[in-house]
Amino acid sequence: MDTQTVLEPGQTSDDFSASTRLKLVVIGNGMAGIRAVEELLKLAPDLYDIAVFGAEPHPNYNRILLSPVLSGEQTLEQIVLNPLQWYAEHGIRLHLGKTVVDVQRRQRVVIADDGTREPYDRLLIATGSNPFILPVPGTDLQGVISYRDIADTQAMIDAATRYKHAVVIGGGLLGLEAANGLAVRGMTVTVVHIAPWLMERQLDETAGKLLQQSLEARGLKFLIGAQTQALIADRDGRVMAVQFKDGSEIPADLVVMAAGIRPNTALAEKIGLHCSRGIVVNDTMQTITDPRIYSVGECAAHRGIAYGLVAPLFEQGKVAATHLAQFGIGRYTGSQTSTKLKVTGIDLFSAGNFTGGPDCEEIVMSDPYGGVYKKLVIQNDKLVGACMFGDTADGSWYFKLLRAGRPIGDIRDKLMFGEDNIGDSGHEGHSKAAAMPDDAEVCGCNGVTKGTICKAIKEKGLFTLDEVRKHTKASASCGSCTGLVEQLLMFTAGGDYSAAPTRKAMCGCTDHSHADVRQAIVEQRLLSIDEVYRALDWRTPNGCASCRPAVNYYLISSWPKEAVDDPQSRFINERGHANIQKDGTYSVIPRMWGGETSASELRRIADAVDKYRIPTVKVTGGQRIDLLGVKKEDLPAVWADIGMPSGHAYAKALRTVKTCVGSEWCRFGTQDSTQMGKDLERAMWRMYAPHKVKFAVSGCPRNCAEAGIKDVGIIGVDSGWEMYVAGNGGIKTEVAHFLVKLKTAEEVLEYTGAFCQLYREEGWYLERTVHYVSRVGLDHVKKKILDDAEGRKALWARLQFSLDGEPDPWFEFDKAQVDLRQFAPLATLKEDA
Amino acid sequence: MTTWTSICHIEDIPRLGSRRVARPGRTDVAVFRTADDRVFAMLDRCPHKGGPLSQGIVFGDGVACPLHNWTINLIDGSARAPDVGCAQVFSVRVEAGQVSLDADELAAPDRALVRAE
Ligand code: SRM
Ligand SMILES: Cc1cc2nc3c(=O)[nH]c(=O)nc-3n(C[C@H](O)[C@H](O)[C@H](O)COP(=O)(O)OP(=O)(O)OC[C@H]3O[C@@H](n4cnc5c(N)ncnc54)[C@H](O)[C@@H]3O)c2cc1C
Ligand code: SF4
Ligand code: FES
Repeated sequence: MDTQTVLEPGQTSDDFSASTRLKLVVIGNGMAGIRAVEELLKLAPDLYDIAVFGAEPHPNYNRILLSPVLSGEQTLEQIVLNPLQWYAEHGIRLHLGKTVVDVQRRQRVVIADDGTREPYDRLLIATGSNPFILPVPGTDLQGVISYRDIADTQAMIDAATRYKHAVVIGGGLLGLEAANGLAVRGMTVTVVHIAPWLMERQLDETAGKLLQQSLEARGLKFLIGAQTQALIADRDGRVMAVQFKDGSEIPADLVVMAAGIRPNTALAEKIGLHCSRGIVVNDTMQTITDPRIYSVGECAAHRGIAYGLVAPLFEQGKVAATHLAQFGIGRYTGSQTSTKLKVTGIDLFSAGNFTGGPDCEEIVMSDPYGGVYKKLVIQNDKLVGACMFGDTADGSWYFKLLRAGRPIGDIRDKLMFGEDNIGDSGHEGHSKAAAMPDDAEVCGCNGVTKGTICKAIKEKGLFTLDEVRKHTKASASCGSCTGLVEQLLMFTAGGDYSAAPTRKAMCGCTDHSHADVRQAIVEQRLLSIDEVYRALDWRTPNGCASCRPAVNYYLISSWPKEAVDDPQSRFINERGHANIQKDGTYSVIPRMWGGETSASELRRIADAVDKYRIPTVKVTGGQRIDLLGVKKEDLPAVWADIGMPSGHAYAKALRTVKTCVGSEWCRFGTQDSTQMGKDLERAMWRMYAPHKVKFAVSGCPRNCAEAGIKDVGIIGVDSGWEMYVAGNGGIKTEVAHFLVKLKTAEEVLEYTGAFCQLYREEGWYLERTVHYVSRVGLDHVKKKILDDAEGRKALWARLQFSLDGEPDPWFEFDKAQVDLRQFAPLATLKEDA
Repeated sequence: MTTWTSICHIEDIPRLGSRRVARPGRTDVAVFRTADDRVFAMLDRCPHKGGPLSQGIVFGDGVACPLHNWTINLIDGSARAPDVGCAQVFSVRVEAGQVSLDADELAAPDRALVRAE
């Protein structure tokens, strides 16, 4: 019987001896299996004693990058993902070069070909797949290989130095990458492809033919529609020719079989696991036959699909890891995949249903001479497929739209011209990313160069945007370089990196997305952060600096006056009600309604500046005055002395309302924009929101208040007011959309309030209105605000209810829960202490 | 033998929050309290660019620096991967709710800022 180990206080689980830990055995030292182990180590580093069997004599490497190795763009050393010392550091017993030949499921023991035995409590099968070998005579000859692993790649590289004629059977992704690599290495290469055009599973006919043309231009030859009948041997038993059904032959010193892959299920079948086009697993990646046994990767069949690209396999690995870690919350529900060919200089992208069909519409742009072709397939106002050749700069954007399932009605007319023309995020052409020199700066915020990013992607084996952000800080700040970083990932990490999944987890503390969390709060009437964390099985006891503020916001915006705000879950600016500066001092920006001030306000400000020796006084870009360099301990006194309301310049809340002088003074003014701005500001100040909110009101279309780049912009015209929404003047300047024309000031208040409340209820935390509206679509906003008068009034009423009685944190400390203790030190030591 | 300087009662520090001990002429010391009432103390200076850690968000046994969001482990002062660097930690004793710091450590001069590149 096992002896029970009891943790003494102060003892950590590290002190457990390995023998008392659960045993995990992994069969298959490849991309999916080891990714699952990495995820597991992140979640529960000490839970398992881990052993890994790998038939290949190499540590886990990036199989995707075999193609750049073959074409000489990278070396084998560069593509290792987990060097041997990684296994050692994590106490993993690695059995290299050992093939598992049996598993005794009753005794729970794994047995390898050399007799090695490893007992297990949990088993993970990640044996990948085997190349499909055509059932024709001669496949066992020397010089006939497949394209799967380092050994194959090495064999091709060697063959290229000694032989002339290569024939690649199969014009799919793998076959073409092999063919290109061999041609680059100097061989004469013929690709034999039985289907009517290349990559028929990923490309439509037009794109397939364009691809063929451009490969032919690089010297590759094609036999399309040819059916291989036999491989012919020379006297020494080496292949010398390929023979076809019609009797014709072509010379071949090397034949590469790239006619597809089959899940490697031999071992699983032998030990009685149910297999059907792969080892059949459920949504937690456990085999349906034996719940102790998990399977991930190309060998696994989930809902009838065995995936052959890494992005879905990584998702599977993550789910298996959460289950192994005994969190058991993650579920794998299938993936959409996209394809890109890794042949330098050829841009090709395909995703989703690119062939279309009944009730699908197609938008096609075709310039065969220019070598550019794009097809977008649309069904029910959503993008469902994309197939592109020649210009794939927008591939990741289309893929994002496709996975998000966002309605595209409002951008349909510009969809084909790409993200640049929509302005969803800072986006640069693919060729630009590729052509950038290594020392060019990609991320201006953190000063990260292209070289640094590419190096980190290669050396650390990064696959996702999040990983790049974490390791290099590129795109981690303002995000405007996200498009560029994604492109660098695309061509550095290989064809498939996983772009942000649709249901992205909020942070590392949970698998739930922002949508899940808000929905649970609303539906289950959750009123505190603890309740949320309990109801949704949070992994961490009190979250982290990224989820806690978000959850806090969802609580107070969903249940105003019921959910209690938690200051400790707010960023310091919102806890101290001033903006922290780089030297640890603070800035104070009082509210100046509509940008208007008075002599007495200015006098009080001037006096406070003198009294508290405030080093800098600056006019902000938002028509107010900023006092910079205030010591934290002086804040309450400065607020009291200036006696003006909080400007919330520090908060995810209504900030400035810029106005122009308007009809009161201006010779062109048509409306009293200053008054309108003041009214709006007084009605909506203290409004917390997913992100900051800024308004502007101009008195005529000359628009001196720059209303066109504000969250809500109002422009006075002769007959009333025009209302614009979701503009942004910041990181990605975006012109606001025209929403509606209104007659009266009351209407302006109601519509603006309704729009703000809609954003408050539906926007994700830290999503500006520009991003919110581009996610849900302007049509959605119109439906809610323009078409539904009742709904609009209800939204406006809910906002007024939320704001009614909201305290000014600069004066009503108790009500606003301002912890005044923060302004004084706990204790002050003597100078000479 | 350690001489303990009594600083405050544990209730003077908000849960999942922190206060600071002022040391005129030298950097303050931040005193943190976790959700489960453990107390930690650290030089109030982030190993990255000197941000005041006492102003950060506390979670688990870490604090997120208010300036650029590095996470610093309260237990040993180390920055969490992928960032590298270490903040100076101070010994803490909590007895019957009374929080004390080591008088010698408090009196020692500031160490040079360990800056990670
Ligand atoms: C003080 C001010 C600059 C100035 O001296 O004029 C300023 C200062 C900061 N801005 Fe700004 N912004 C200021 C006007 C603007 C404007 C112009 C405006 O409001 O008309 C914009 C463009 C308009 C817009 O928001 O779309 C602007 C776009 C940003 C952005 C980009 C936002 C975006 O969604 O793209 C950031 C970054 C962020 O919020 O994440 C930012 C962030 C910041 C931060 C909070 C940076 C930080 O995290 O510390 C700065 C705070 C300094 C401080 O502690 O006081 N600031 N910032 C302006 C204060 C206005 C006010 O009276 O409240
Ligand atoms: C040349 C090439 C280019 C590719 N390009 C791309 C691309 O651009 N984008 C993309 O997304 N995907 C690409 N792929 C596919 C991608 O590499 C695979 O989907 C991925 O590697 C599958 O991971 P896996 O862990 O399931 O299998 P593998 O990575 O194949 O790992 C399985 C491992 O298990 C070992 N094994 C098998 N049976 C046993 C046993 N009984 N005992 C012990 N060990 C065993 C095998 O030797 C192998 O090392 C490419 C593949 C190749 C070959
Ligand atoms: S004030 Fe705004 S623009 Fe200026 S440095 Fe700060 S964030 Fe950048
Ligand atoms: S100073 Fe702390 S993260 Fe930069």
